[in-house]
Amino acid sequence: MKTIVLIFSVSFASLGYLKAQNLYSTSNGETSFFSETPVENIAAVNKFGQAILNTSTNDIVVQMNMKQFDFPNKLMQEHFNENYIESAKYPKAVFKGKINEKIDFTKNGTYDISATGDFNLHGVSKPRTFKGKITIAQGSIGLTTDFEVALTEHNIEVPKVVFMKIAQTIQVKNKYSLAPYVSKK
Amino acid sequence: MCMKALASVVTAWLLMSTIDVKAQEDLTKMLEENEPKTTDYTTATFKGTRIINGHSVETVKKNHLDFIIHHRFDRLNSGAYNLFGLDYSTIRLGFEYGLTDNITIGFGRSSVQKTFDFLAKAKLLRQSTGTRNIPFSVTAFASSVIETLDKDLTTQDKTSYCTQLLIARKFSERLSLQLNPTFLYRNRVATAAQERALFALGFGGRMKLNKRLSLNAEYYWAFREKDLENALGDPYGNSLAIGVDIETGGHVFQLHFTNSSGMVEKQFIGDTSGSWGKGDIRWGFNVSRTFSFDKRAKGMMK
Repeated sequence: MKTIVLIFSVSFASLGYLKAQNLYSTSNGETSFFSETPVENIAAVNKFGQAILNTSTNDIVVQMNMKQFDFPNKLMQEHFNENYIESAKYPKAVFKGKINEKIDFTKNGTYDISATGDFNLHGVSKPRTFKGKITIAQGSIGLTTDFEVALTEHNIEVPKVVFMKIAQTIQVKNKYSLAPYVSKK
Repeated sequence: MCMKALASVVTAWLLMSTIDVKAQEDLTKMLEENEPKTTDYTTATFKGTRIINGHSVETVKKNHLDFIIHHRFDRLNSGAYNLFGLDYSTIRLGFEYGLTDNITIGFGRSSVQKTFDFLAKAKLLRQSTGTRNIPFSVTAFASSVIETLDKDLTTQDKTSYCTQLLIARKFSERLSLQLNPTFLYRNRVATAAQERALFALGFGGRMKLNKRLSLNAEYYWAFREKDLENALGDPYGNSLAIGVDIETGGHVFQLHFTNSSGMVEKQFIGDTSGSWGKGDIRWGFNVSRTFSFDKRAKGMMK
């Protein structure tokens, strides 16, 4: 009995893994964030977000280079990289997880989804579940999700000497459009 | 039996979750293989556009305006009667604007010799890794300086020129060093013994102590004849400055000690007569504040 369960589970799992040819990806997804402060607002956008989704297993990985966040105020950008995110030490933010809902990726439409996994920012990993929407249209998969990041959860320090007060939670918006994966190796 | 079944379920579940992780790692690898190759330019070699007195390789970013106030007090050895120099001070106000990310123009006015200065800076090379691998940054600097204190002189006689090549490397997140070959040309010099042209080599650097504080030092070695004296009979010396950069959000504060009173190249490289050994040390500071005129920044200011 035990063996049967084991073999069954393993083969079932690996079947999904091996069959994982249904890959969708992008390297120009858009991640932006916004934070309101009493003096001026802080906003930045990264247009080079990378995402890959395996539609047979629901595995998803999203990552981006922190240095590619573009700020209208370049001094803020420098401070973001140098003092807060420390992008030389922690160059990437990464989410590795799985979409929880069973979705028929062959059917066009928009579905509410959630993804659970590991969110790594500033070298600190946190288990997170992000809620969002998936839009399936001819040959492409659109993913959108809005979530908040609490700075303290990721050991991002806001020093007391800073004149400009920075909100403790940052609103993050993501808009990714995935196309069938083509290896560029 | 029940325990065994449970154990096997747990084992299976563990195996499956391992496979999940493995699957996600494979996906990550695939993403990384497909990541477009980019050039990673080194940023923030120095916190500000000045190391202390002299310019750093940094320029003002496109559509940004940097307002900088330089302040130097009098000599520490002027004694308690003058509150160790704090009774007297000299000041320069400067405005510098980024035409592009790589080209800055600016002007300033110093109280020393009632001086107007006009400057331009251009980044020629940027330190980078990735698709373009360049080990150091090079910025060209040029300025003309008009000292208007002596009203009897012609404008030509009041004018001096300075050109510099600023060569810097950010060795690590903490350490940046800079070399500054300098050429100075005065249309009129203070004493007949002096040459109008003066070559100098500057050395500068910063060592970050923490994220917001760095230790800076700067030395300009001027290649002039030995024992050359100024009009008051004081021997000329080389400019040495030591200080700290403190960054507080929108501002960079630079606090330092230096033997120069001038705040433009012509003066601190060409006219320094103070000596550290004798205590001709001045306390000073620079404060810079940057404003963004980027169109996207409009509406963000409240």
